[in-house]
Amino acid sequence: MVEPLLNIENLRIEAASYQPGEAPSRITIVDDVSLSLQKGHVLGLIGESGAGKSTIGLSAMAYGRGGVELTGGEIRLNGREIRTAPSPVLRKLRGVEVTYVAQSAAAAFNPAKRLMEQVIESTLEHGRASRREAEARAVDLFEKLGLPDPGTFGNRYPHQVSGGQLQRAMTAMALCPQPDLIIFDEPTTALDVTTQLGVLSAIKAAIRDLGVAALYITHDLAVVAQIADDIMVLRHGKTVEYGTADQIINAPRKAYTRALVSVAANEHPENLPAGEAVLSLKGITARYRNVPFDVVSDIGIDVKPGTTLAVVGESGSGKSTLARVITGLLPAARGEITFAGRRLPPGLERRTREDLRELQMIYQMADVAMNPRQTVGTIIGRPLEFYFGLKGAAQKQRVVELLDEIELGERFLDRYPAELSGGQKQRVCIARALAAKPKLIICDEVTSALDPLVAEGILKLLLDLQTSEGVAYVFITHDIATVRAVADTIAVMHKGRLVRYGMKSEVLSPPFDDYTELLLKSVPEMRIGWMEETLAALEAEAR
Amino acid sequence: MTRIPLPALIGLAVTGAYFLAALFAPLLAPYGLSEVVGDVWEPSSAEHLLGTDNIGRDLLSRLIYGGRTTIFVASAATILSFFTGSVLGLFAAVVGGWVDQLLSRFVDLIMAIPTLIFALVVLSVMPVTLPVLIVVMGLLDSTRVFRLSRAVAADLAVMDFVEAARLRGEGRGWIIFREILPNALSPLVAEMGMRFIFMVLFVSTLSFLGLGIQPPEADWGGIVKENKDGIVYGISAALLPAVAIATLAIAVNLVADWILDRTTSLKGGRNG
Repeated sequence: MVEPLLNIENLRIEAASYQPGEAPSRITIVDDVSLSLQKGHVLGLIGESGAGKSTIGLSAMAYGRGGVELTGGEIRLNGREIRTAPSPVLRKLRGVEVTYVAQSAAAAFNPAKRLMEQVIESTLEHGRASRREAEARAVDLFEKLGLPDPGTFGNRYPHQVSGGQLQRAMTAMALCPQPDLIIFDEPTTALDVTTQLGVLSAIKAAIRDLGVAALYITHDLAVVAQIADDIMVLRHGKTVEYGTADQIINAPRKAYTRALVSVAANEHPENLPAGEAVLSLKGITARYRNVPFDVVSDIGIDVKPGTTLAVVGESGSGKSTLARVITGLLPAARGEITFAGRRLPPGLERRTREDLRELQMIYQMADVAMNPRQTVGTIIGRPLEFYFGLKGAAQKQRVVELLDEIELGERFLDRYPAELSGGQKQRVCIARALAAKPKLIICDEVTSALDPLVAEGILKLLLDLQTSEGVAYVFITHDIATVRAVADTIAVMHKGRLVRYGMKSEVLSPPFDDYTELLLKSVPEMRIGWMEETLAALEAEAR
Repeated sequence: MTRIPLPALIGLAVTGAYFLAALFAPLLAPYGLSEVVGDVWEPSSAEHLLGTDNIGRDLLSRLIYGGRTTIFVASAATILSFFTGSVLGLFAAVVGGWVDQLLSRFVDLIMAIPTLIFALVVLSVMPVTLPVLIVVMGLLDSTRVFRLSRAVAADLAVMDFVEAARLRGEGRGWIIFREILPNALSPLVAEMGMRFIFMVLFVSTLSFLGLGIQPPEADWGGIVKENKDGIVYGISAALLPAVAIATLAIAVNLVADWILDRTTSLKGGRNG
């Protein structure tokens, strides 16, 4: 049998850990992982954050990030052991035999150099081709990856191209030295779904045409299902399940994998009570200072008490701006906001304390939404003191009640945000909002920074709280699966305008407008072959 | 983490020794501050450990008393500079708009003039008393503290947790002192060490130029000035206060470095 291109056996990776107040210790971040990858195949590494997937990916070029050491096992690339290889050997292989595509292309490109320089840099550096050959190869790759004007694309600077184009340029950079193996580290995670589809299909086509092998790292099982031949599911640095893509998606053996596969399938039954809306926007138009166009224009929506309105759109669609307008952080230029039967002044300063109390907000990044120098008790206790004058034992008792409601409990009272996990942080933020006894909570992408299973827990908590407290949500998200799981009504936004608005069942069923259709079709489904079907369908329509 | 690294330990020991000597100067000094007890520039002896100065006063005693003055003036000016600079800096960052513009441009104006020249001009038209000296030094230096605290606070003021406090309806006092200040404290405390050293050097320079501490009071800069002519004859009396200034500066620096490392590493900063 031919030896595989990459063969990793019993890999063990350790890192130094500096816990505040403790002596430095060593922790194992990857334990006993074995995998093998044939030429021209794609292996998907999937798992939640901290699963060790990026660390394993980088080990394929015998690289460990700061403080990380590959301490055991065997990494064989092209038939030779590289884990213990000296650095001159590794220098020759990194960037040529094995290349790397990072998650954030915007942060990976040097903004001061033209794209072409950067795409061919490592090819030239390692003497793989002359400048002319390398440039010709790059232009060829630009064309393969579907970039506009491949001949002159390389003359642009990184800020002159879009995020999706930059991600493709980075893929070109990885392909240019004609490597045997490419490591893709979450290459589409930072992109909008409609952009993701294009980048994903370009990557897949390029891999297939050039016959390189790839490690594809992602937390999104639906994405990896489109591109991988084999899939390895990782958790806490250990292999949970390793098999062909078909087996993992269609017949998962382990409970954890089954949970990952089914996570996107939750559906919340819609319900719309009659009666007065708790929040009603009419003709809301707003723009930022020094920006010559309206960021949101002519938005009119209603939210009934105890229901959820999902505001959907891709980045730049104005959905977060809408949240800022509702909260008064960005006063609307025109239009009116009616909340709980009273007309709200556009600016934050002129709103009453009662207005502020009844309209709360939860943020995307829970770790920056809490003061790192305040304990959980202070964070949740402050609104109680501020709005209701609760102090001392009465305040503490209420905080503990709230902690129980968010399923954390009293022992979290004295912890600082840094001592909480991502999901726990978001729960504390929910408790802080609930402490004010609001009528409406604006949730701005509250689950998009979380792992799928953690996000599912947060959504379930929010729905439970809606039932028990009767609070309404304005749920801002770019994720259609989240919308299905929480919404009663949906507002689809595109370029600052409302393109579709109504009950969930109406908005999500045909006939569609063009944008909503593209948006819905671009969301990867958890089945193999979905991407090809969708691309074919979209192409047929265009014709 | 509980172990203090060696450089910081040295810094703490030296700084501590100087501060204790300053505090208990009357108990430690063998002679009075301006008591003439011997000949001019006597070499070191059992009676006068470091010898005598240019008019026959005990040099060790003068150094101890001089340290007391130097450290007191520098500490007082640092505290004043920090209080003014950080309160105004945080206020400017949180309020923003024309208040921020006005304060920042005023600070730019002051900073455009070299501090030493500015101080010399002011002190030459005003009576040089201890309070005047402290106020002039403190206010001039507060411009630097203002810049730092404004920059730190401006970064913090756009964080979501500050926005959350604004949405709650919190007043400026809460936002400045409860949300922003605790997070700005670690760079400010480390900066405090640096400012203190600067003050020590500043007051020494002023005294050396004759516009700082006035005789018969003494501070280290003044003692250097009094004894500088001895250098020509190979007499080291002027070097001793200079060494004192240098060692204090280095010691405080080591402590400040350690504080900065410690506080930033809690947040995954410089030391991982």
